[in-house]
Amino acid sequence: MTPALRRWIFLVAGAGLVAFYLWGLSGLPGFGNYPGPYGPAILSIAVAQTHATGVVSAVNFDYRGFDTVGEEFILFTAAAGVSVVLRHLRGERDRAPVDEAAGRDVPPASGAVRMVALLSVGPLVVVGWWLASHAQTNPSGGFQGGVVLATAFVLIYLAGEFLAFKRFSPVALLDVVEAVGAAGFVATGLTAVLLGMPYLKDFLPLGQVPGAVSSSGTIALISFFVGVEVAAAFILIVGELLEQTLLIRKEDA
Amino acid sequence: MSGLAAVHTAYTVPIGLMQALQVTILMLVAAGATAVVLIRERVRQVVALSVYGVLLAVLFLAFQAPDVTLSELTVGGVALPVILLLTLAKVRKREE
Repeated sequence: MTPALRRWIFLVAGAGLVAFYLWGLSGLPGFGNYPGPYGPAILSIAVAQTHATGVVSAVNFDYRGFDTVGEEFILFTAAAGVSVVLRHLRGERDRAPVDEAAGRDVPPASGAVRMVALLSVGPLVVVGWWLASHAQTNPSGGFQGGVVLATAFVLIYLAGEFLAFKRFSPVALLDVVEAVGAAGFVATGLTAVLLGMPYLKDFLPLGQVPGAVSSSGTIALISFFVGVEVAAAFILIVGELLEQTLLIRKEDA
Repeated sequence: MSGLAAVHTAYTVPIGLMQALQVTILMLVAAGATAVVLIRERVRQVVALSVYGVLLAVLFLAFQAPDVTLSELTVGGVALPVILLLTLAKVRKREE
């Protein structure tokens, strides 16, 4: 194929793509006009039906809870995959952890960075738990809360060193916590089945007042499990990568 | 339900102001995305990506999706840059 012919094929294909794109754009509904039936339907019934004023959480953990199980297991599989790919192989052994950055022309973390990081750990843990436990009343949820919790552990690394990070996040414990979080979500759904209801149907009392922290039944429970799972998964992934970066593992590298 | 309606009216913002905010943040996001592509030095690129993640979070907030804002802030602003920086540190060590 000559360059000239290739250019012509690109021009024709590019023009076709632009034409289809413009055609598609012209058929879009107006800005902000949602034409589907589901949004208004959910908005009119969700609070009365689920007693959760965080309607996004009601959708995520109740109306389309089954999809969320799938999403949850994407992260679970990713953490498992990182652990498997980065596992100890034959011919590899641990050496004492050495911060490889020390040899390079990189200034060590300043006192200010360490102090800010250390001071942020406590508030971040509180914010993370708050987000994970208030999915039913606020625009938050287990996923966001879990990532914020994991960030607190990364700050421990930033404020101290790798060994401190490892002491605060033992892999054996994290594995169990992650599995319990993922299994808790599935088990909540199966409990509904055992009670003779559809999978993930809300089987707990909804509470008297919509918007109370104790309201919304399984939505709050599932959000808690998701938060635990996501936090453990992210700490595991970051921990594995830190280990890869900071420890030499090849015997004859 | 009446309580909900009251909350909505308490936070009403003039529509013109809201649209100005939305247009501004859309342009900032476009500029941020361009900057991420144009910066070729990798560590700087990761920092730009982190800033871009925060800009996207503000965009979602301006378009009334606070829950997505939280996700984007944590994942795009923190988690993804951390993972990328760690990978860069590992790769750079091999190159030396």
